[in-house]
Amino acid sequence: MTRDIALVAFAQTDHRRSSDELSEVEMLMPVLHEVLEQTGLKTADIGFTCSGSSDYLAGRAFSFTLALDGVGAWPPISESHVEMDGAWALYEAWTKLLTGDADTALVYAYGKSSPGSVRDVLTRQLDPYYLAPLWPDSVALAALQAQALIDAGDTDERALAAVAARSRADASANSHAQLARPVPQGDYLVQPLRTGDCPPIGDGAAAVVLAAGERARDLCERPAWIRGIDHRIEAHGLGVRDLTDSPSTRLAAQKAGAFERPVDTAELHAPFTSQEIVLRGALRLDDTVRVNPSGGALAANPIMAAGLIRVGEAAAAIHRGDSDRALAHATSGPCLQQNLVAVLEGDPR
Amino acid sequence: MSKEPVAVVGIGQTKHVAARRDVSIAGLVREAARRALDDADLTWADVDAVVIGKAPDFFEGVMMPELYLADALGAVGKPMLRVHTAGSVGGSTALVAANLVAARVHATVLTLAFEKQSESNAMWGLSLPIPFQQPLLAGAGGFFAPHVRAYMRRSGAPDTVGSLVAYKDRRNALKNPYAHLHEHDITLEKVQASPMLWDPIRYSETCPSSDGACAMVLTDRAGAARAPRPPAWMLGGAMRSEPTLFAGKDFVSPQAGKDCAADVYRQAGIADPRCEIDAAEIYVPFSWYEPMWLENLGFADEGEGWKLTESGVTELDGDLPVNMSGGVLSTNPIGASGMIRFAEAALQVRGQAGEHQVEGARRVLGHAYGGGSQFFSMWLVGSERPDA
Repeated sequence: MTRDIALVAFAQTDHRRSSDELSEVEMLMPVLHEVLEQTGLKTADIGFTCSGSSDYLAGRAFSFTLALDGVGAWPPISESHVEMDGAWALYEAWTKLLTGDADTALVYAYGKSSPGSVRDVLTRQLDPYYLAPLWPDSVALAALQAQALIDAGDTDERALAAVAARSRADASANSHAQLARPVPQGDYLVQPLRTGDCPPIGDGAAAVVLAAGERARDLCERPAWIRGIDHRIEAHGLGVRDLTDSPSTRLAAQKAGAFERPVDTAELHAPFTSQEIVLRGALRLDDTVRVNPSGGALAANPIMAAGLIRVGEAAAAIHRGDSDRALAHATSGPCLQQNLVAVLEGDPR
Repeated sequence: MSKEPVAVVGIGQTKHVAARRDVSIAGLVREAARRALDDADLTWADVDAVVIGKAPDFFEGVMMPELYLADALGAVGKPMLRVHTAGSVGGSTALVAANLVAARVHATVLTLAFEKQSESNAMWGLSLPIPFQQPLLAGAGGFFAPHVRAYMRRSGAPDTVGSLVAYKDRRNALKNPYAHLHEHDITLEKVQASPMLWDPIRYSETCPSSDGACAMVLTDRAGAARAPRPPAWMLGGAMRSEPTLFAGKDFVSPQAGKDCAADVYRQAGIADPRCEIDAAEIYVPFSWYEPMWLENLGFADEGEGWKLTESGVTELDGDLPVNMSGGVLSTNPIGASGMIRFAEAALQVRGQAGEHQVEGARRVLGHAYGGGSQFFSMWLVGSERPDA
């Protein structure tokens, strides 16, 4: 790899339980405008555009086509879309910049969970012949993982509650967070997970701008250089996986260079408290690392954007000078099936 | 910044049919992937990453099916990306995979696109009502028919041109063992006598609804040197998008399509596509889109595309054969259709297209489009390595 690529701008919505009065495009537009304003770029200046979203959340086929209208794709733009979290759209944009075909990229993602029952909707991700007909919901599957961790002696309910309390306390400094206040741990939703162990259901969008080499320095005072980025997938069937571990996260981190030097900050896409325990283990994060200073997915989890937001938050920490080397993680699929890890660095101070 | 040259060393397709009731979605995609690996003489272990594409998830009723398909495609422990750019997705998927090789992120990438339309109902999948938005009227044909009318009015094309395209593509399909429609008794008169669906589009001028998958193995120079059969080299590839609906949009010849083709030709050093390109696999879901896209792609001047079709230039034995495989008009597993165009272009320059081979094809265009004629993806492949 001969080209340095950085995140130079990041914007996100205020994440909310419901946004009935807004279409997806209306939710997304202010974020697109804001991220471009940060760099002074216009749509026509962007070399490549890539987005992540899901038709199943929108409840209609080709839902991303209308979001494209909001980008202002005229004259025509070089553009692509992944039916995945926006973190993977960022990965596609990163490879595009590596080829040298473009010097800047706009990446965005959005998801509205409020129109449907997200626990039911996510069951449609499962093996359509053997698993999906049983409608096992996302909280129930996460609870299986949490119970496996407890049975293995890796955590207990009190430790999980501490993860929830820390995340929501940290979120009080994040004006975009949906749950930026102490949240009672509550009753069991699916044992051993209580409502406090689970993410809020909400709507939101995010966008970042990437730039290569000197272009990044022109656009941002302290670019967040992508030192490595990799993603890996595991088997779909929960019965063939060790739910107390995340080998795909570990491998992605290794390929991204995360273990070469310690990071000071980690933004982990762990919608359930128990998943933070799994990820901390796989990523070898000790107590010296600030984990999810934004509050993480436990404070705001707009599906399809939450992973991109982790990368954006990690980059923003570098932009602000709060971090010199940060790790960002995104996940997809039941019980952390697919994981992406990016390592970001600021210039030495 | 130098890019790694990208070679196609393996191609696999399923026999496309209306309903593959004998296999699951996983079985369908694995069949195409296995054939592509066999063609490249590689095993699952040789694959560094998997890039998969298909059109909307509602077509099979599975949300983000790549999660469930990871095992079937040997992707466990590897990176797996899922692309979705509407009808152009098969082409876009191949280009995303090609970029992984070109950027030297991975050496060998398996890319695959599929649609198993029999699992669900495509008409339903496209017709979910959304408040405050114009529905696609009576499926895709209802949306595209007025644009065909606009083309006829603008170009003065006689109303027989569409049936010529359909008759040609259905005859070409007879030479392609993987094509869905094998109409052995097809005649021009039968096409012209078929029922009118969306005036001026007749039943025999429309694409079928297919189950099918297409896969390719893309690799770098070192991988190509080990390949058992001649590779196809990517000479240029691009995607372009424009909004679905706006006052200035030219639905007959969208700017995004022109820009996309121009970018591909620039990369490949093509000054005169009509003379320098030997054949084309073009996304023609309704017959009239052959002359329309011939103009949009720069093979003919505006208003002249139908003359190429009418004079036989686009026939299999013509000067610029188009859709030698039978095209989308004969085979349409929607999410895979774009990749089939790309793969058929590669088969031609590898000399592996069998009965529908164009003799001496050295540079062939693969083309896909999607949405309301708003997403375009194309590649030009050649028999010679671009930096050789």
